[in-house]
Amino acid sequence: MDVFSDPYNVDVYVTGFLWILKLTAASTVGALVLGVLLAAMRVSPVPVLRGFGAAWVNVFRNTPLTLIIFFCYFGLFSTLGFSVSDEIDLNNYWLGVIGLSVYTAAFVCEAIRSGINTVPAGQAEAARAIGMSFRQTLTMIVLPQAGRAVVAPLGSIFIALSKNATIVGTIGLMESSNAMKELINANGDAVIPIFLVFAGTFAVVLIPAGYGFGWLANRLAVKR
Amino acid sequence: MSTDAVLYDHPGPRAKIRNAALTVVFGLVLLGLAYWVYAKFDEKGQWAGALWKPFTALSTWTDYILPGLGYTLGAAAVAMVLSLTFGIVFAVGRLSDHRWVRYPAGAVVEFFRAVPLLLLMFFIFFGVPFITEQPMSIFWAVVIGLTLYNGSVLAEAFRAGIHAVPRGQSEAAYALGMRKSQVMREVLVPQAARSMLPVIVSQMVVLVKDTALGYIISYSELLQMGVNNVAANFGNVVQAAIVVAAIFIVVNSILTALAGWLERRTRRSGRAPRTKGQPVPAGLVQTGEAAGD
Repeated sequence: MDVFSDPYNVDVYVTGFLWILKLTAASTVGALVLGVLLAAMRVSPVPVLRGFGAAWVNVFRNTPLTLIIFFCYFGLFSTLGFSVSDEIDLNNYWLGVIGLSVYTAAFVCEAIRSGINTVPAGQAEAARAIGMSFRQTLTMIVLPQAGRAVVAPLGSIFIALSKNATIVGTIGLMESSNAMKELINANGDAVIPIFLVFAGTFAVVLIPAGYGFGWLANRLAVKR
Repeated sequence: MSTDAVLYDHPGPRAKIRNAALTVVFGLVLLGLAYWVYAKFDEKGQWAGALWKPFTALSTWTDYILPGLGYTLGAAAVAMVLSLTFGIVFAVGRLSDHRWVRYPAGAVVEFFRAVPLLLLMFFIFFGVPFITEQPMSIFWAVVIGLTLYNGSVLAEAFRAGIHAVPRGQSEAAYALGMRKSQVMREVLVPQAARSMLPVIVSQMVVLVKDTALGYIISYSELLQMGVNNVAANFGNVVQAAIVVAAIFIVVNSILTALAGWLERRTRRSGRAPRTKGQPVPAGLVQTGEAAGD
């Protein structure tokens, strides 16, 4: 473990995981907001919105995230001149957040839609019978029940998101996978400890997170 | 289509007008958005014929895109075969009665599911050569990474599938005097595999998408060949990305449709895994599958 007694290397490691943390945090919010909106569109009475939601899901769910991130940088930023910040790291960060959000939103949308599917039709029928509008039925009756059913799938989506955040390294951000690459290239004699520390950090956080989401899903499940 | 409209009443005259108005409003908003994108493209001269023209030339397809697609599908196919094997072995391992088999198998599966695939590929491609002291083939770095990750995911799916085979099947097999390994090999795994077919095909979609990670370690797959190399020659990143994305979408849509067809077929023939206790809910909307990543 000599590698990690060098403060520079520790710094590379910490910075790498801080980027992952920031990417995950911002993209979780972005994907959740977008995903819920898309799900609402996909079940709405307006055909144009349903079509838009369906198109979004089909396009982004079937495109590799690497391509999306690549496009955010080389297409959106380099070619089309879309930029968020003058500072290069911060700009890459936000481009990464955009890519991760639009990609993950497609999965969030599908998860919520299948969550809506677990709500018995009688619930929505009863809501309509007492005169609730589409918006009321959705926000007061269906979504609260669906929300409990989607804890587990959303959990795995966000775990996947935090792993996918490493892909933002493609456009030059020094996140954990790039940090590991740098350390490996500089310390060829300590390859295995380096890998175990980086992979172990993910495992130590994400494996309990997975069980945590499972436990939470069980607790929150609507007992029918 | 009236069945999936449980969330709202059949529109009356007022709702019809409101829906029509909303359709127009959102239609205009979307058209505006589309126009904005168009104008942005126009402003940067992205509609210039020269940027799109390469895709009408046969050589672009035969030199870049088709070989790239071939490498992508090749790596995905090899990784699929290997991860199926990996998945079955580790699923059976996790169900073993012996603790010294069950725990290591569980640890391996949990570990590789939790580690980002890119990190794994970087380790295999950049790290392993330091240990073995010979260069690593890019193809195998991609395939091994894909196999370890997707194999672990499939192992969990198989374990669920084996659990979902009705108990009577294994009880009957034991009653016939079969041994544990025979029950697993000849009764449980074949039935589980058949009912897991849709899941396996859906995992193909993930695999095809994940081969694009190979681009980062410069494996010449579709993203590398079709976007990077084409753009390097013609300076048309945006156009190349759109064309390549369309190819990915077509390939993956075909796989998704295949998975859906297989699922309907297994359900019809009554071989679908039974979900315990819970009757299939009368859903509010028709949904496709919801994949994890």
